[in-house]
Amino acid sequence: MLNKNFYLILIISLVFAISFWIGFNVNLLPAEASINAPIYDELFKILFIIGLIIFIGMTIAVIYSLFKFRKRNDQIGDGIALEGNLSLEIVWTIIPSIIVLLIGLYSYNIYDRMGGMKELNHNHEMMSSNTEKIWAGISQTPDNEIAINNLSIEVSAMQFAFLFNYPKGNFISGELHVPVDQKVSMKMESKDVIHAFWVPEFRIKQDIIPGQPTILNFTPTKVGKYPIICAELCGPYHGGMRASIIVEEESAYKEWFNKNKKPEVNL
Amino acid sequence: MTISIDPQKTNNESLQPKGWLRYFSFSLDHKVIGIQYLVCGFLFYLIGGTLASAIRIELASPMSDFMPRDVYNQVLTLHGTIMIFLWIVPVVNGAFGNYLIPFYVGARDMAFPRLNAVAFWLIPPSGLMLVASYFVEGAAQAGWTAYPPLSITTPQSGQIIWILSVLLLGGSSIFGGINFIATIIKLRRPGLKLMQLPMYCWAMLGTSLLVVLSTPVLAGTLILLSFDIIAKTGFFNPVLGGNVVVYQHLFWFYSHPAVYIMVLPAFGLVSEILPVHARKPLFGYTTMVFSIMGIVVLGLVVWAHHMFTSGTPPWMRLFFTIATAFIAVPTGIKFFNWVATLWGGKISINSAMLFSCGFIINFVFGGITGVALAQVPFDIHVHDTYFVVAHFHYIVYGGTVFIIFSSIYHWFPKVTGKMLNEKLGILHFIITFIGFNLCFAPQHWLGLNGMPRRVAEYDPQFQLVNQISSLGALLMAISTIPFLINVFLSVRNGKDAGNNPWNALTPEWLTSSPPPVENWEGEAPLVEEPYGYGK
Repeated sequence: MLNKNFYLILIISLVFAISFWIGFNVNLLPAEASINAPIYDELFKILFIIGLIIFIGMTIAVIYSLFKFRKRNDQIGDGIALEGNLSLEIVWTIIPSIIVLLIGLYSYNIYDRMGGMKELNHNHEMMSSNTEKIWAGISQTPDNEIAINNLSIEVSAMQFAFLFNYPKGNFISGELHVPVDQKVSMKMESKDVIHAFWVPEFRIKQDIIPGQPTILNFTPTKVGKYPIICAELCGPYHGGMRASIIVEEESAYKEWFNKNKKPEVNL
Repeated sequence: MTISIDPQKTNNESLQPKGWLRYFSFSLDHKVIGIQYLVCGFLFYLIGGTLASAIRIELASPMSDFMPRDVYNQVLTLHGTIMIFLWIVPVVNGAFGNYLIPFYVGARDMAFPRLNAVAFWLIPPSGLMLVASYFVEGAAQAGWTAYPPLSITTPQSGQIIWILSVLLLGGSSIFGGINFIATIIKLRRPGLKLMQLPMYCWAMLGTSLLVVLSTPVLAGTLILLSFDIIAKTGFFNPVLGGNVVVYQHLFWFYSHPAVYIMVLPAFGLVSEILPVHARKPLFGYTTMVFSIMGIVVLGLVVWAHHMFTSGTPPWMRLFFTIATAFIAVPTGIKFFNWVATLWGGKISINSAMLFSCGFIINFVFGGITGVALAQVPFDIHVHDTYFVVAHFHYIVYGGTVFIIFSSIYHWFPKVTGKMLNEKLGILHFIITFIGFNLCFAPQHWLGLNGMPRRVAEYDPQFQLVNQISSLGALLMAISTIPFLINVFLSVRNGKDAGNNPWNALTPEWLTSSPPPVENWEGEAPLVEEPYGYGK
């Protein structure tokens, strides 16, 4: 009996060790380029490890049963008439409940750190219509405290392109340029069907909906060029509906901005 | 209650065609209807599989070069619609439900045999109509979800035919659901208690409740959508002040329970198959029943987890995260109980057992990614990507379709009186299992790294992994060959099965193979312990 328990503990420890090793050493995610990304990757790692433990454990249990309890040629009759075991069943009801609850609380915490639980407001100095209903989005901005020097961009999506309006510079660009390490606040609306704004390296996505503006705030942390991908089926050229986001140093961004800026029309 | 045979009915029976012709007739025999569902569903599975192959051929290269882009969208729309509404739902519910439920409750037929036949005969015309819509003006191309405004702005005839056909199939599903509830509750033979029913009855009772509660919502939604398309109303048309997110709520109010309509019957079937081939009672009967009902209740309040990136307010995202993650608890109980059923058994390693074990492994994997997807922050990155595609194929293919094959290997001897060839069956399992995992496991990585779903072209860096996936799809297509050869050879020349080749205890095995028209020569047997192995 002691021997049997010893093997059981050995196997369980091995499953844990392998799962942790894979969880910490196998990277399945693209580069991290926003302040959301490391938070996301932390959640991913935890879920990946828990998932691996359960999956490897269950697979071993099934394959072991098939070998250990397979019917040999000389065997007749049935297995043991075991119809259930209440305490065992209570154990595997309560333990998964606790795991699920902990994962839920933890992901709530992650979501909060990403700014998901913040009130959705979007203060555009150009068009400040605070009464306008914003339907959804992720906001990293603390309640009612919106830095004036936030970069505000209005995104409009249509079949099959994104347009980025820089209200401060009074121009529209097909490429999204943003300075690194600065909060970007986007208000998005679609002109025709539903689209979605997705930057895999930022780990954020938000649908762009006709008739219902949505917002998306993020802070890029790494200079580079990343794809903006439409993730909602929007028609025949859906797969080709892409744009680029160019994260650059403040000075390079200023230069680009000033080059494109149109003189303001004074009325 | 035994059904008295009135002379009029016997007269009608004699007018019905005999032999193979009865499978093409408006038969009232639940067994004939069950086989009609199965064969019809399998034919549509072959069509849906061909469409899937076309998708994988297109995705073997990064460019959109195999078919025109709008045709690609039609192909993916038809693939999803056919696989869900014409293959999985009719087969796990209609085919096995009709064949098995009357045996399990000790009845001679379903409660409403004519309604039953009507429910089946709605399927072939609506399915053919759906496939034929491709030749009219192009089939629907807004995905099986038909989100407006895309579904309002794409060519109309295809979308309208799609709506009509899904409405008919939904009607068929509701008729079936009502029939199963009535049969399980009212047609049990005297002395048979609810808690003595085989688990598949409980699964079908839960599923049918979901069908009856949620399918009408889909029907109403699609009727409103068709008004928007034909009569230019503005329910979901933002140009006319409509709200596109409301459609998504209504659609997923049906379509998330639809997932349970596809997997709960599979949970029931595997609960019948494992005890027989492991020679052990089903572990934890009572908790199994309660977990099915728990899944039914929770399944109705999780729909908005499909909408975490649409217009949902933060509190709603949180509620649906918790509700969704909690489905893992009753589902987990079932999987632990199945492994406990295997534990200490005398397991026959045959095709039915292998497909059931393949189901457990695949579904656990799909369930784990499902719990991850339920977490809002996780979902925000991978929503509408190949990660989701991989997840739900692990659930509906790795889960339900594996169980459909397992069930065919298990009940083929009862239906035909002949055994299927085990060597071909195991070959079928090996190719399917490898092909399936090769096809869908790499897709998780694709989604995490930036490949959205429903695209005909992608970033060249994803080419190699997509080609591995397409290779897996090729194996899955090949895997149907040994299966079809096996079925055709065995129907004619298979080994005689006898009445009860597996020495099973559930009631369908206590009659001849194939069973007579009204199931038993004499009175239906009273099976109080359907899983009484080892006693």
